[in-house]
Amino acid sequence: MEIPEQVKKKLTLPAEEHFYAGHTACQGCGAALGLRYVLKAYGRKTIFAIPACCSTIIAGAWPYNTLGANLFQTAFETTGAVLGGIEAALKARGIKVKGEDGVMIVGWAGDGGTADIGLQALSGFLERGHDALYIMYDNEAYMNTGIQRSSSTPYGAWTTNTPGGKRHFLEKRHKKKVIDIVIAHEIPYAATASVAYPEDFIRKLKTAQKTPGPSFIQLFAPCPTGWRSPTDKSIEIARLAVQTAYFPLFEYKEGKYKINMPNPKKEPKPIEEFLKLQGRFKYMTREDIQILQEWVLREWEKLKKLAEVFG
Amino acid sequence: MEYKPIRKVVSGNYAAAYAALHARVQVVAAYPITPQTSIIEKIAEFIANGEADIQYVPVESEHSAMAACIGASAAGARAFTATSAQGLALMHEMLHWASGARLPIVMVDVNRAMAPPWSVWDDQTDSLAQRDTGWMQFYAENNQEVYDGVLMAFKVAETVNLPAMIVESAFILSHTYDVIEMIPQELVDEFLPPRKPLYDLADFEREPFSVGSLATPADYYEFRYKIQKSMEEAKKVIKEVGREFGERFGRDYSQMIETYRTDDADFVFMGMGSLMGTVKEAVDILRQEGYKVGAAKVRWFRPFPKEELYELAKNVDGIAVLDRNYSFGMEGILFTEAKGALYNTDAKPLMKNYIVGLGGRDFTVNDVRKIAENMKAVIEKGELDVEVDWYHLKR
Ligand SMILES: Cc1ncc(C[n+]2csc(CCOP(=O)(O)OP(=O)(O)O)c2C)c(N)n1
Ligand code: SF4
Repeated sequence: MEIPEQVKKKLTLPAEEHFYAGHTACQGCGAALGLRYVLKAYGRKTIFAIPACCSTIIAGAWPYNTLGANLFQTAFETTGAVLGGIEAALKARGIKVKGEDGVMIVGWAGDGGTADIGLQALSGFLERGHDALYIMYDNEAYMNTGIQRSSSTPYGAWTTNTPGGKRHFLEKRHKKKVIDIVIAHEIPYAATASVAYPEDFIRKLKTAQKTPGPSFIQLFAPCPTGWRSPTDKSIEIARLAVQTAYFPLFEYKEGKYKINMPNPKKEPKPIEEFLKLQGRFKYMTREDIQILQEWVLREWEKLKKLAEVFG
Repeated sequence: MEYKPIRKVVSGNYAAAYAALHARVQVVAAYPITPQTSIIEKIAEFIANGEADIQYVPVESEHSAMAACIGASAAGARAFTATSAQGLALMHEMLHWASGARLPIVMVDVNRAMAPPWSVWDDQTDSLAQRDTGWMQFYAENNQEVYDGVLMAFKVAETVNLPAMIVESAFILSHTYDVIEMIPQELVDEFLPPRKPLYDLADFEREPFSVGSLATPADYYEFRYKIQKSMEEAKKVIKEVGREFGERFGRDYSQMIETYRTDDADFVFMGMGSLMGTVKEAVDILRQEGYKVGAAKVRWFRPFPKEELYELAKNVDGIAVLDRNYSFGMEGILFTEAKGALYNTDAKPLMKNYIVGLGGRDFTVNDVRKIAENMKAVIEKGELDVEVDWYHLKR
């Protein structure tokens, strides 16, 4: 559909669509939205590496490809390594990467493929300094295999292998702070982003494009299927994750932290507001909620301190 | 340009490194493991000395080494790596990925025994366990064949769009120095022109495309069939490339099974890799002692040269298959393959399996003689004593 010029002028996001209709994501899928924004930011001259995850399916079965970019689907734990190989090949062939006119090499992996099985390859990728972007879309569990916990699953969440029930068997560990592990590699650019704040996300994608060396973005991507939430509430849930400081937006650039909250002055909302829209938290007791709340606020204070000291 | 070989004393590993250099590989991603290490060290040295323009990715594991080669190859580059034993086993998943994505990566595997118990010495089980990954496999007898094998493997691989593994034995070749003839760069360039990839992730002119996506039962089957078709084509290509190599550089590789004094042989020794050097030596000696024996060295294990094996088997009474490897619960791996390949033919030589040299145990001319004595008795009797003989076992 042709977008009239005067409408285009008012848009805060690029008008071009490179994510084709007919993809096979569930309704309200945050990952699908995320892919759409990445494609808006980078367009055709993008090479994606996608490991086993929901996005394998979203991109379509052979011979279809719903992403308007070249895509290499790879093994679950190899995103970081494949990115390094692609970058090496382009360099060997004298093809420009990154920058305004270069090729964007983008790894797009789930939290399982990043925080768990792919952590080693991610670390290698970051440490060796490849010129590519790694995006971890965080839907907080292994969704493609049917909602099992990952180390990015939050405390108190139901999943099919932390099923709740009479004998308390919910996820008992707090979410692994992958972004902190990433920052410990002292890469040039790392950020969190959310599908509820697309302008912020696209700005961060553009920053990654301009910044030489490896970049990393952890994108909060609701999954109505796995979170047992209404399909029309994904954006609201993602917004509440930020507003409760459960998933704060920030970036780390050349040693400096910057918090990018929509209302920086506002105190975080209570965590219940984020929890109550999602069936996955329904087994949590008062005490569980308290434990999660304390963790959220503790981590939030830590982040604020970091931004204060290293701002 | 007239061909004047460059003679150099090199280890098997350096032969591999020089071949990668002369093949003008563009990306090397590798992880160190004994006894492969000096291959990648030598390549690093070429880069450091300005002799090579290679993107070198010092990855954090073998799994990632193969993944990085896969990324590089899918993005159009000529990619190379090397590994051994545990490293190859760790790569296993990605070996399937390379062949399934039709990427002509070439790898040198230094045959080493699998742990536990730890052993850094020669054994073929590591590479043979990768039999079904869709990789072509070439077993080198000596350092010259390592060098030649890598150059030919790139040409074959890039013609049929399948990856290839050149296998050399731990220490017996990898760290043993020998004179080899290397080929001047311009002549290698003529033999092996730059790669023309089947697809190229950096091609943005065509419709956006996806590699490695889901294939439903309606299509997956055909993807597999096409790999088999390419393996069949590879047999033809291997022979052509082997013949061309011979014409250009004087060493003919058109036989997938190299036969040595087999024409009038009563029985032959069949095996792969460096132990066949010993066998050929023994054949000469045994011939003087009155044994009518020959040697059949299986160069290419994948694709498996069924037809050549049949031609050989028709004309002998027996085949002593020497396996420096073992498939537990069955027998030596080459033995299974060879017997299986002949089952539906009219060639029915007596076949006996000798398990030799596992984990680097010495295998000498005298061992071949003892095997010859036993094999001769078996053939005279017309029946096997045992089918699988753990020849070296301390009893
Ligand atoms: C080596 C290996 N182990 C297990 C799997 C099965 N597997 C495929 S996708 C997946 C989970 C993916 O989870 P995540 O990375 O969080 O992405 P999501 O599916 O949630 O989008 C698993 C376990 C696999 N493909 N490969
Ligand atoms: S299961 Fe979740 S992440 Fe996967 S496609 Fe459906 S909504 Fe998206």
